[in-house]
Amino acid sequence: MLVSSALVLLMVPGLALFYGGMVRRKNVLTTMMMSFVAMALIGVQWVLFGYSLAFGQSVGGAIGWDPSLWALSGIDMAKTFGDKAIPELVFVMFQGKFAIITPALISGAIAERMRFPAYLAFILLWSTFVYDPLAHWVWAEGGWLFKMGVLDFAGGTVVHIAAGVSALVLALMLGRRRDFEKGAAILPNNLVLTLTGAGLLWFGWFGFNAGSAVGIEHPVAGASAALAFTTTQSAAAAAGLAWMLMERWHHGKVTSLGLASGIVAGLVAVTPAAGHIRPGWALVLGALAAIACYWAVQQKSRFNYDDSLDAFGVHGVGGMFGALATGVLCFTPVAGVVSGGSWEQLGKQAIGVLVSTAFAAAGTFVIASVIKLFVPLRCTEEEERDGLDLHVHGERGYHFDQT
Amino acid sequence: MKMIIAIIRPEKLENVEDALRAVLDEGDNFRLTVDTVQGHGRQEGQVELFRGQEVKPRMVTKTRLTICVNDGYVEKSIAAILKGARTDGAGAVGDGKIFVVPLEESVRIRTGERGATAI
Repeated sequence: MLVSSALVLLMVPGLALFYGGMVRRKNVLTTMMMSFVAMALIGVQWVLFGYSLAFGQSVGGAIGWDPSLWALSGIDMAKTFGDKAIPELVFVMFQGKFAIITPALISGAIAERMRFPAYLAFILLWSTFVYDPLAHWVWAEGGWLFKMGVLDFAGGTVVHIAAGVSALVLALMLGRRRDFEKGAAILPNNLVLTLTGAGLLWFGWFGFNAGSAVGIEHPVAGASAALAFTTTQSAAAAAGLAWMLMERWHHGKVTSLGLASGIVAGLVAVTPAAGHIRPGWALVLGALAAIACYWAVQQKSRFNYDDSLDAFGVHGVGGMFGALATGVLCFTPVAGVVSGGSWEQLGKQAIGVLVSTAFAAAGTFVIASVIKLFVPLRCTEEEERDGLDLHVHGERGYHFDQT
Repeated sequence: MKMIIAIIRPEKLENVEDALRAVLDEGDNFRLTVDTVQGHGRQEGQVELFRGQEVKPRMVTKTRLTICVNDGYVEKSIAAILKGARTDGAGAVGDGKIFVVPLEESVRIRTGERGATAI
């Protein structure tokens, strides 16, 4: 579990690389900072009170609250967590990594134009008022969606839908980049970084999904982890292949970014399903998710919104697809349609999807609106034109012409 | 003395260098400055794909050569560059341009020599 936790944390620099390579050179550091800083900010928030809100004693199934968990001071180091064979701190740390990476995903939609202080305020408030409650509802034993029977193995709703939908709302509130408006060529500064990031993300995702078997009772957890590992691998591979084929058919060329994106789409979609579906179905899930996300990404130009790095297109749509597919393809702990069961689980999944979508969207809108009263969300025209790296961080990402 | 500035396709650099060497090298190598530039002319940027969107950058990357020669070598140099840089056959849009600019002075830093012998 410690390894799994570390793997999930590695996904944050992986995400930083993935996003960083896709923006223009003048914004590479800012974009990477938005992922890295989540480790610092949410890392502190989680220890102080985030964990308590998400997994503390449930108050009416709506939120956790346990004053003894402030700064984790009340945790007994020796005691194992519930019926798991691990110390509670391990569980705290594992979940903390999820809390860290989720807001970082949102940075993909507002890349190249959001002010850093506003971003910091946003992720702190979002993590506290959107992520922590949602995590409580879906994963805490007292949470109302958990008790309803909504299945979310590793975070399709809590992480991907929440982040993806929030990303879209925030992108709409911030408006389009000037160059996006002009239809100018916005090209990635370093796809080599993006591919490296995708590789780290896939590697880390094994911790993200297989590690989430910690939520299953011991000793079945081991088998569950093995299944989650397998479905994660399968879905990612099938999705990468499917996206490649879609691109070849649609554009005549297979791009490296397309393969990387397809892989990520598959990983996103299998996240809620990892420990609940069979490997064969994981292949199908991955392939279909890639097609759904590919199509979703194309809609940006149709509807003319600037989700810079497709946070909604991949995480939002992928998460929704995966969460719903879980209801159809699952075989444990309940049987979905393909395993001889009923459509009932799909209904529950739909509720989970609707709730997380609505809550994340509303929460984002309110939080961003409040922040806007105090500080501007968007950078100035000059900062946007010159690039945020120099203005915000006083640094350049590269000094290639140095001798 | 003249300064010859040639904008050529990057992949033609080796060819052009060989052709110029044949004309300008008189036993002690020849002088050349090369840099990478962006620009556009009749040729348009190559379409790139980014997340399924076709993107056409305004600029094309080219290589710029700068050589400085005495007047007698100007025509020979131009001919050499044309031979090296023109696309096989009848040439193609994007092959580039050559500019000849009058050169006021040339100084060798090592010795301080000026003029035709220092070029």
